[in-house]
Amino acid sequence: MRATLLVYLVLGVLALSAPVLGIYPVFMMKLLCFAMFACAFNLLLGFTNMLSFGHAAYFGLAAYVTSWLVTAQGWGTAAAISGGILVATLLGLLIGSIAIRRQGIYFTMITLALGQLVFFVCLQAPFTGGENGLQGVPRGSLFGLVSLTSDLAMYYLVLVMFVLAFLFIWRIVHSPFGQVLKAIRENEPRAVSLGYKVARYKLVAFVLSAAISGLAGALNALTLGFATLSDVSQSASGEVILMTLLGGTGTFLGPVLGAGLVISLQQYLSERVGSWVTVIIGAIFVVCVMSFRRGFVGEVQAFFSRRRLPGGVKSAA
Amino acid sequence: MSVFGFPLPVILGQLMLGLVNGSFYALLSLGLAVIFGLLGVVNFAHGAFYMLGAYAAWIALDQFGINYWFALLLAPLVVGVLGVIIERLFLRHLYRLDPLYGLLLTFGIALIAEGLLRYQFGASGQSYPVPAALAGAVNLGFMVLPIYRGWVIAASLAVCFVTWFLIERTRLGATLRAATENARLVQAFGINVPVLVMCTYGGGVALAALAGVLSAPVIQVNPLMGSSLVIVVFAVVVIGGMGSILGTIVSGLALGLIEGFTKVIYPEASNIVVFVIMAIVLIWRPAGLFGKE
Repeated sequence: MRATLLVYLVLGVLALSAPVLGIYPVFMMKLLCFAMFACAFNLLLGFTNMLSFGHAAYFGLAAYVTSWLVTAQGWGTAAAISGGILVATLLGLLIGSIAIRRQGIYFTMITLALGQLVFFVCLQAPFTGGENGLQGVPRGSLFGLVSLTSDLAMYYLVLVMFVLAFLFIWRIVHSPFGQVLKAIRENEPRAVSLGYKVARYKLVAFVLSAAISGLAGALNALTLGFATLSDVSQSASGEVILMTLLGGTGTFLGPVLGAGLVISLQQYLSERVGSWVTVIIGAIFVVCVMSFRRGFVGEVQAFFSRRRLPGGVKSAA
Repeated sequence: MSVFGFPLPVILGQLMLGLVNGSFYALLSLGLAVIFGLLGVVNFAHGAFYMLGAYAAWIALDQFGINYWFALLLAPLVVGVLGVIIERLFLRHLYRLDPLYGLLLTFGIALIAEGLLRYQFGASGQSYPVPAALAGAVNLGFMVLPIYRGWVIAASLAVCFVTWFLIERTRLGATLRAATENARLVQAFGINVPVLVMCTYGGGVALAALAGVLSAPVIQVNPLMGSSLVIVVFAVVVIGGMGSILGTIVSGLALGLIEGFTKVIYPEASNIVVFVIMAIVLIWRPAGLFGKE
């Protein structure tokens, strides 16, 4: 427990001092947005065992809606972000209520197909700018008080939002509601037989995950100043799965670490190897699934819990 | 002559194209359903194998001068063997785990295949000529039918029928279905289930490659041709329900037709209509049209 606290402390200090340390702030913001996205995704995969293969829909649609509200409608930053989250939440409610009608692998295929539906709608809808996306999205200012034009101000906004989202997910997982989700993950028929309305719990988890993904997408669009089709694409859905899997599903720090690794890798590789990025991402998927299913954080936790508790009691991380 | 204010030849032409696409959906979802039935793996790489089949045909012609008819045999064989190797090396270690891992593994394999071909041949499409024997078109009186499209539909239907016959009406198929129900019991009867599983994966993948060869002359052969198709095929499988072979074939063809029809009356919706139908079917009959639950 003390070691975990130390890790959080170090990460917190690192995140707070990142601009001073000279890390490119836009890179850090992108990393934090995707980390938030991966944490939201992990709420479903890690804590409820629902693999959504269309999560880019909420991330990307919120990015579009927020960008459109700022550029075409002249909304303020906070209101536009809220609008993006609202639309992502409603979309999550709609897709979630259809997808939870099937379980397991069917659930995955349905979310994939409906995610693709959202992609095509974004491709053709009049307000998304088609292939070009929405460009030149201004960051504006927070409630007209703090200008977000500087990377520094924007960075701390993203950081605060990330921490809030992280704590929110932490609270969900450690609430009685979260305990029911874990019960569904471990044994769904038993949860049903205990009288829990499983479908309702799954739907709420799905909608919460979609809403947080929407926040991540909205912040990402404001950070970069554009929203494009790649935000809603199937490959973005694949990336968030990889981040979670690589870092460790069902852990809190795993998705954050995974997002850091994948974003850094993309940044590093795209300048050097071009189209090999897809091959390398694919190879990491294969390696993860074949020999590394717990992910980095999961493996480390398993290692320590084996050492500390010879009886093999699982420690809740 | 016109229907809903659209000239009849236009409608028939689009329906024909829809039926061609539907044949590919049927071939792909058939393989997907058979693989899922026995292996419990949702083969995300199915689209990639379809793409590899088309590339195998194109490379065979371009590099070695092997004609269409030999490619029709050779490409499924080569890609099928590749599938067998993948099953041996990777998939078989995942059968006892959550099926999600099989999906993620095959997703990774699909990415590798797409990336490698894009690196080798570029992202732009390669055109494959229509074989001389099937070039041209016949005038049926009410519409002009390009012979190659007619051939694709006929060949796909024949292959679907043979596969159906093999699974539902032969001893081998009976064994396969029994192994789908209870693999351990079938193994206890002295049947080598791991080999059966391996051949099933190879066979399903070969079907995808065959669809790839058939499609090569009607579309541009490109590295991403499978990745969008596989999602539609997933939707087809969800609509049909994976329980029935015949149901899978019928839903594949029907959805192709509906897609073609949508292209005439409301083109903007043509690439989402299958997904919309999937959502409606899920609300109305969660197990799929032909599924049992």
